[in-house]
Amino acid sequence: MPDANCCLSASKLTKIFGFGRQKCCAVDHVDIELSEGEVISIVGESGSGKTTLAKMLLGLLKPTEGEVYFQGKKRDISTQKKRKEYWKNIQAIFQDPFSSYNIFRKIDAVLLDCIYMRGGRWLSRAKKLEMMEEACSFVNLKFEELTNKYPFELSGGQQQRLMIARIFLLKPKILLADEPTSMIDACSRATILDELMQLRNEIGMTVIFITHDIGLAYYVSDTVYIMEHGKFVESGSADEVILHPRAAYTKRLINDVPKIYEEWDLSTV
Amino acid sequence: MSNVILEVRELTTKWVTRFKEDIYAVDHVSLKVEEGKSLGIAGESGCGKSTLALSLMGYYFPPLHYVSGEIIIDGQNITGMNPDDIRKSILGTEISYIPQSAMNALNPTQKVISFIEDVVQAHDPYKTRQEIYDLARESFECLGLPASVLQKYPVELSGGMKQRTVIATSVILFPKILIADEPSSALDVTSQKMVIKMLKNLMENGFIKSLIFITHELPLLYNVTDEIMVMYAGQIVEKGTAKEVVFDPLHPYAKGLMGSIIVPEQGQRDVKLTAIPGAPPNLKNPPPGCRFAERCRYVRPECRVAPVNLYDVYGGRAYRCILSEKTLREAYRNA
Repeated sequence: MPDANCCLSASKLTKIFGFGRQKCCAVDHVDIELSEGEVISIVGESGSGKTTLAKMLLGLLKPTEGEVYFQGKKRDISTQKKRKEYWKNIQAIFQDPFSSYNIFRKIDAVLLDCIYMRGGRWLSRAKKLEMMEEACSFVNLKFEELTNKYPFELSGGQQQRLMIARIFLLKPKILLADEPTSMIDACSRATILDELMQLRNEIGMTVIFITHDIGLAYYVSDTVYIMEHGKFVESGSADEVILHPRAAYTKRLINDVPKIYEEWDLSTV
Repeated sequence: MSNVILEVRELTTKWVTRFKEDIYAVDHVSLKVEEGKSLGIAGESGCGKSTLALSLMGYYFPPLHYVSGEIIIDGQNITGMNPDDIRKSILGTEISYIPQSAMNALNPTQKVISFIEDVVQAHDPYKTRQEIYDLARESFECLGLPASVLQKYPVELSGGMKQRTVIATSVILFPKILIADEPSSALDVTSQKMVIKMLKNLMENGFIKSLIFITHELPLLYNVTDEIMVMYAGQIVEKGTAKEVVFDPLHPYAKGLMGSIIVPEQGQRDVKLTAIPGAPPNLKNPPPGCRFAERCRYVRPECRVAPVNLYDVYGGRAYRCILSEKTLREAYRNA
């Protein structure tokens, strides 16, 4: 039984895809524990099971084996109502901003949904507008320019920032960011990371970063988990893991990232 | 004095929108790439990097239109050539291009080998299938791809494999210069490294003579290329060797880009990421003065009056700002 301080934890979480000879173990008996207000990163190359793990934590995939505990209690998402209740506490930002929005709904509707989810359905229209404006100005977008537009009219970076504005309105306890910056350019990446971290300080949420970029993990997180073939091969504080890696896999990952102060060794691929 | 492979003089191209508005996405760009050298182009999205890549090939199709300037590939001026001649005798053999979404560039209903056959036969209809197969196998093996890839459909390959297949296909006719437009932006770090290694191998083995590499990842650019050119709103704002641009940027925009670098190295955790506020100007009606003025920290009233010229410092180093080198360096030191 996990202790009360921990916000989300999982024990022996396993996901197996396929049957018989085609069986593929995507996540293999993973234990993970998150305390409140912590920022953790899960790092691994493509196909290492990062996203599968994230989907199980979010409740989008049913684990083959293992349990997820939320705030010390076993997670219960057996009915749609309970699931919605759970999603008030855990929210996600996905990799591809272009496919995370419903293309038939305007930006106003996207933001209004968030207000409704927090029980703001009976607020006055002026109050709702004020909340939406506040959320947009938090991410340096202008609500007057966004209103009555569709999400696909924005650039990738702006869409991802709108996603953060959503999170700002929802104020979840846990945010799961699945490669939030891999589809946008380096310049907007800095803006988005900055805003995410600001938001985190404001509402004190726990953040799970999923990324293949170990540099990003080093920059944002307190604790880093390195994942290989569905298992954690190394975990610890960011400084410990990245500056003094022990596992061979971690060393390889660090070696694969282009650097500017040290020589980038191209011979080991 | 080494051989100049590609020389571009004051190239200007425009996009024409549905409403007949002209957007000058490449505005008086001059560049020079020597044999055995690689040039990197940096900048944020929407600053004209990809349009420049398309324009360099001299093959224009609406809505992209040629306005002025010259493109000289290995002594041959290709501006004003018949588009059909360009397609047959320049593209693929003189200059080749790796598109940004190389993952989607392959035809899902075609095997890789038949895709390559199409490419080769478009230039040389008399080549037999066996000859093409041998050529393809040789170049694939040289680039570290198993020959069995040739008999597969694109869906059977992973993202990194597809990307490398597209690269191998684009150099099958031994072009003199290869333009790689964000070849690794959709890949994870391990596949990215493989792709970079492959591009370096191509240069060393003499498949290609020069490389133009476009990306927004500065650490990558620094490791791959000899020279870096920073683009903003269709114009070159800074030019110099990789080391100069990364460690000693002069233009405020280039300086801002350097603030967005993330690398897993000692001490990088405490460095604060600085983002450039705002967005690039709309090129439909660009501002009369410096195009970066709206977002610049060091802006002065005279910046907004007249266009700013590219100011040459010394051999190859240039920047587009009205402030002097000394003033800029001082401002950065005090920041």
